[in-house]
Amino acid sequence: MCGIVGLYLKNDKYEGKLGALFEPMLVAMTDRGPDSAGFAIYGDDVASDWVKLTLRHPSDSFDWAGLADQLATALACEVDWMQNANVAVLKVKATEISVRDWFAENAKDVLILSAGQSIEILKEVGLPENIAAKFNLEGMKGSHIIGHTRMATESAVTMEGSHPFSTGSDLCLVHNGSLSNHNRLRDKLKREGITFETENDSEVAAGYLTWRLNKGDSLKVALENALKDLDGFFTFTIGTKDGFAVMRDPIACKPAVLAETEDYVAMASEYQALASLPGVENATVWEPEPARFYIWERK
Amino acid sequence: MKTFDLATSSIRELNQALHAQQTSLTEKEWRVTNSKGDHNIAVGLDADLQVDIHGHAGYFCAGMNKTASVTVHGNAGQGLAENMMSGVVRVKGDASQAAGATAQGGLLVIEGNAGARCGISMKGVDIVVKGSVGHMSCFMGQSGSLVVCGDAGEALGDSLYEVHIYVKGEVKSLGADCIQKEMRPEHLEELSGLLAKAGVDEDPASFKRYGSARQLYTFKVDNASAY
Repeated sequence: MCGIVGLYLKNDKYEGKLGALFEPMLVAMTDRGPDSAGFAIYGDDVASDWVKLTLRHPSDSFDWAGLADQLATALACEVDWMQNANVAVLKVKATEISVRDWFAENAKDVLILSAGQSIEILKEVGLPENIAAKFNLEGMKGSHIIGHTRMATESAVTMEGSHPFSTGSDLCLVHNGSLSNHNRLRDKLKREGITFETENDSEVAAGYLTWRLNKGDSLKVALENALKDLDGFFTFTIGTKDGFAVMRDPIACKPAVLAETEDYVAMASEYQALASLPGVENATVWEPEPARFYIWERK
Repeated sequence: MKTFDLATSSIRELNQALHAQQTSLTEKEWRVTNSKGDHNIAVGLDADLQVDIHGHAGYFCAGMNKTASVTVHGNAGQGLAENMMSGVVRVKGDASQAAGATAQGGLLVIEGNAGARCGISMKGVDIVVKGSVGHMSCFMGQSGSLVVCGDAGEALGDSLYEVHIYVKGEVKSLGADCIQKEMRPEHLEELSGLLAKAGVDEDPASFKRYGSARQLYTFKVDNASAY
């Protein structure tokens, strides 16, 4: 199973209420995925010479202030940070690669969940409503957000195996379905230098997109290649810095429904998750076609 | 008329109330409000009821319907009127995948578009779609009729048995053993009757007929060596 939800705002009308509108959407998909849940929220962008990272440490009492000071000293740059439960959002005036290199050397027990100018990924094992409460989803602001509720079929129930998966700077992926060629594809991608944290099939799809985008594909071309190289069932929702994309495999047995008004585009596995949105009763509601991708981005 | 508000009552309470009419019919007309994509609305009815659902319906709406007439004033999710036996199910909006799957009788009218696998393994139902149908529609269809006023997706009528398929628009591709067939007077008559029954104003002469080439489902002794 698994449930997917996404909400992309076309204007600033609901930006202050993004989390409040999104929380019931995520919780509505609990039946489809009670194991784990997560979301990627976009907003509060940093300047182009800064990088924003979402970091996770297993301990709630981890010394983030100390870590930020060490990083600022080592890279001789400005560092801003805020803590949210056992996750911290770090804003660093440096390049992503230099920050990643520093963490690889100096903070091996800190997991980088996302990096970019805008994205923050938060995910955990447990019921969607508990995870939303833990990270205070209701109070979050932003331009768009995608989320996932997981019912594991292909690999273990762990935080690392939960969605969204980061697929590069400001990019992430959530998946409903199962891939049948993930083992061979994972081996191939490892040879191409892509690293994996889990045995999860969806992480392979994320790694595949990272690889294609690194090769210089546009998101559209990367998705076209994914249709050729990924075997199995999937509905994907991909978060980008400026919007989101939705794609279903050619068989399209995994559900998806889209709703659009003048204020937003919303996506969900089932209509139930959209029913709480303002004005949805007058929205254009339709089912995305198989093997066709839909992209919404703020210009 | 009895009104049932799904904002304050559960689907199970609704279905139990509708099933109770099977033993003693006291209320023929039902109005269901505040359906917000809930699954299993008005499933397993077996009485001469008229049920109007206001809002969108989730999965398996009006499944296994017998005798009753169910109208969804919105869209319907997967498996609409699955295994319907008789009666009428009508959707004012679109229907998702597998509408009318395995249905054995009655009339299913979809006023918008239907998703993939519409009428999959149908066994006697008549389905009229005012819009288009998705891929693999009528897959392994055994009997009954499928009328499509718009277009049909890939592999229409794959592995078809004896369903009569009528399509007005384009067919993206025909499935294995499905061919276009001559529209004879009896087929025009059948199609006119189906369109009239569904309340759809279309010219039967503008449709094409498709059916089984009957090469796949009958055993041929000449092919024995292949087994």
